[in-house]
Amino acid sequence: MTGRPFMVTVSLTREENKDMDIRMENINDSIKVILKGRIDTTTSPALEQKLKSGMQQCSDLILDFAGVEYISSAGLRVLLSAHKFMIKKGGLKLINVSDDISEILEVTGFNDILNIE
Amino acid sequence: VKTMNEIEIKALTENLPKVLAFVDEQLEAAGCPRKIKIQIDIAVEEIFVNIAHYAYNPEIGTATVRIEVMNEPSMVDITFIDGGVPYDPLAREDPDVTLSAEERRIGGLGIFMVKKSMDDIEYKYLDGHNILTLKKALTGK
Repeated sequence: MTGRPFMVTVSLTREENKDMDIRMENINDSIKVILKGRIDTTTSPALEQKLKSGMQQCSDLILDFAGVEYISSAGLRVLLSAHKFMIKKGGLKLINVSDDISEILEVTGFNDILNIE
Repeated sequence: VKTMNEIEIKALTENLPKVLAFVDEQLEAAGCPRKIKIQIDIAVEEIFVNIAHYAYNPEIGTATVRIEVMNEPSMVDITFIDGGVPYDPLAREDPDVTLSAEERRIGGLGIFMVKKSMDDIEYKYLDGHNILTLKKALTGK
């Protein structure tokens, strides 16, 4: 690969991270993740870690996007890798996606990849 | 009528909130609609983070972020200047956004989002500096 790829190498703990709130709810073997705030370069690593630990033991992963007001490519990258991990189990599902976020998912083709309800 | 403000800041990802706060302050003063502000924030994040990760790596350098607000028509020019390795993000091939999840590569997605959401992007390399300008109307879509 030539040039400088866009990559995320930052790591932040949740405590340092005031811009995003992540709440996990376990219902049987499905996990619902309720997100609030911004999914950007500084908040994505915390989300990635949370999803990674949750995905191991669940068969269904639902992300509630009602409180998400912003997502950059760093956040999309986390969604894509989570979706790839979950694909044999049916992938991950996004619910309550706002119009602003929907438009970003459309432009990037993510609306065709992810299950959006 | 035209206002111009700029900050010079260490090109580190941890400075992203400061850069966005600076840009948002100017956009809010200009009466920028929320939706356009989100698009501009995303574009600013992609460009600044790319500079932070790659322009000076492994050293640390600075980036200048300049925002010019024009009236009638209402629009902004946001210019990023760094003295790092020459890099034209516009030369990057667009990702294929029609591929399936398994085939998707994530590289290049950030700059693609910038291209899609901004009205115009200009890049030049001048006197040892990368100079990238994003242009966006503050009205309409």
